[in-house]
Amino acid sequence: MVQQIVFILIAATAIWLFTRNAIRIRRNILLGKDEAYNDQPGLRWKNVLLLAFGQKKMFRNPLVALMHFVIYAGFIIINLEVLEIGLDGIFGTHRLFAGPLGALYGWLINAFELLAVGVLTFCIVFLCRRNILKLRRFISHDLDGWPRSDANYILVTEILLMTLFLTMNASDTLLQARGYGHYGEHLTGDFVFSRLLHPLLSGLSTGALISVERTCWWLHIVGILAFLNYLPYSKHLHILLAFPNAYYSRLAPEGKLKNMPAVQNEVLYAMEPDKAPAAGTDTASPPPGAASAAPPTDRFGAKDVFDLSWRNLLDAYSCTECGRCTAACPANLTGKVLSPRKIMMSTRDRLEEVGRNINVNGAFKDDGKNLLSYISVEELRACTTCNACVEECPVSISPLEIIVEMRRALIMEDSNAPQEWNALFGNVENNFAPWKFSPDDRDKWTAEA
Amino acid sequence: MQVPTMAELTAKGEVPDILFWVGCSGSYDQRAQKITRAFASILNKVGVKYAILGKEELCTGDPARRAGNEFIFQMMAYQNVQVLNNYGIKKIVTACPHCFNIFQNEYPELGGHYEVIHHTVFLQQLIDEGKIILKEGGPFKGKRITYHDSCYLGRANHIYEAPRKVLEALDSELVEMKRCRSKGLCCGAGGAQMFKEEEKGTTRVNFERSGEALETGAAIVAAACPFCNTMLTDGVKHAEKEDSVKVMDIAELIAASMS
Repeated sequence: MVQQIVFILIAATAIWLFTRNAIRIRRNILLGKDEAYNDQPGLRWKNVLLLAFGQKKMFRNPLVALMHFVIYAGFIIINLEVLEIGLDGIFGTHRLFAGPLGALYGWLINAFELLAVGVLTFCIVFLCRRNILKLRRFISHDLDGWPRSDANYILVTEILLMTLFLTMNASDTLLQARGYGHYGEHLTGDFVFSRLLHPLLSGLSTGALISVERTCWWLHIVGILAFLNYLPYSKHLHILLAFPNAYYSRLAPEGKLKNMPAVQNEVLYAMEPDKAPAAGTDTASPPPGAASAAPPTDRFGAKDVFDLSWRNLLDAYSCTECGRCTAACPANLTGKVLSPRKIMMSTRDRLEEVGRNINVNGAFKDDGKNLLSYISVEELRACTTCNACVEECPVSISPLEIIVEMRRALIMEDSNAPQEWNALFGNVENNFAPWKFSPDDRDKWTAEA
Repeated sequence: MQVPTMAELTAKGEVPDILFWVGCSGSYDQRAQKITRAFASILNKVGVKYAILGKEELCTGDPARRAGNEFIFQMMAYQNVQVLNNYGIKKIVTACPHCFNIFQNEYPELGGHYEVIHHTVFLQQLIDEGKIILKEGGPFKGKRITYHDSCYLGRANHIYEAPRKVLEALDSELVEMKRCRSKGLCCGAGGAQMFKEEEKGTTRVNFERSGEALETGAAIVAAACPFCNTMLTDGVKHAEKEDSVKVMDIAELIAASMS
């Protein structure tokens, strides 16, 4: 009874804490500008199936994709077992599903154990890849400090959880064999993988075995609840947000930049003044449903997270810092400071900072900072808009969109351009070509043989 | 060479089947002018009824938009769409992937709706239709050629196969670089980088990409974009390989192979 109450209290607290954080993350994402991503639902669901469930883009590197898929499938499927553990915890039962499921139960647990061993193995492989193999994208300075530890904590935690699960099954089946107490009531028989641990445990007294089984059970479920609450602070949030991020994928071709209707209209009214709305008509009213905690913004481009769209901010929370984008970035490959992964990490860092600001002050209070406190002009300038980062991202993130929005603010809000670009703008405006040639010479090529 | 303009045809009451959008690089850059002339010579030879805008053509605004200057972009877009719509243009072919991308993806929402074809796709169609007849044992037969994917053709618009099919029609030995198709490495010119010095780094993007092209041992690096062409030509020169390796546009390869 005490165990049941303790379990319910722990589970309820964990779920409450997670829900609170999830609501805050949703609020933070909605600080971004409103933008519609709900056309073509059929195609969007297809993307969820292919990109999120099927991890299609991961298979650009099949071996890594396979290992990642096993960890992911293991994680999802073993959660069915967590359902049983949770119900056992609430009702004070033991292996609640064993009776009703009969022979199927043993088959299921064997399958879970197979996955657990897979998860365990590949988490070890991934730890080695990260810490021993020195892959460029993992030794990058982008990950210095917390991000590198974060990645390792996740892998170690998964290894621990799987070990606990297997040890729990091993001690349970030993107790079954000894016919002890309620363990003897559900004779599931030995499981394929956990039986391999029997030699290590069989020397223990029944009392010690019960302690091992109970400890594993408790640590396993508390570990999972703790992990759930770790997610909002971690890059690992992608296990949840990859799904909405796939649904809200950008469906336009990668080459298309977002239009700026405000500028389009300004040019139109300058060229055809009769089309301009009559004086006094308010054309700049904020869109309906603008997030209230965000300061109003009608800037050209983006200087802070409020100027980006909610889609960009969802991207920031969905990024798991794998660095495939950066590994493919021509600027980064040639030693420039630009790293698309860092653009996403910086956006999330700034967004979290804004979120904490709102938690404290109720609404955002100017802190004298913005996205440019995190992302340098040099990074933004180095982008060739080649879309390699967008193409590589397994969870449909576009670092490029943020870069372009920030470039727009640099140019149109701050007139911050390198001298050569100012010359470029002048040439395009006055000579209708990026170089200083006379428009009269545009067809001169026809004259020469 | 004989290249009709829209103004001339309209004065004669004629309507071309297709507008050849030359682009700024193709119009002014000395190297790219050769590509333009090669492509126009193909159109002349095949007897395509086409025209150019000539002096009425303006920059699409691509580099300004990607640098962040939306005002300049919108000004150019407005004027170009006006001119194109006034002439009633329906179909455009261009040898510049950046212009292609703008027409394909960015002018429609500004009122410019055209069927747009990149010249590599157009060439492939002409070859498939038997309108382009290539010499038996042409100058590139058996030559080792590597194709550099332009970002704005490839990733931006998923045109990967047409340029390769055209190269295969030359009976050449097509070899791929380590990074190709959707993984193709940028030449370094996009996003208005063409018009400014690169940021500080360990090397230049075009040196890196040209190195990959040279590693294939190809005698010809085929490009389908005038900016890629410039960047790769510079990269090959930097590696002091300009005597043995030529950077050529697909239109030039076809023009030189037509019977």
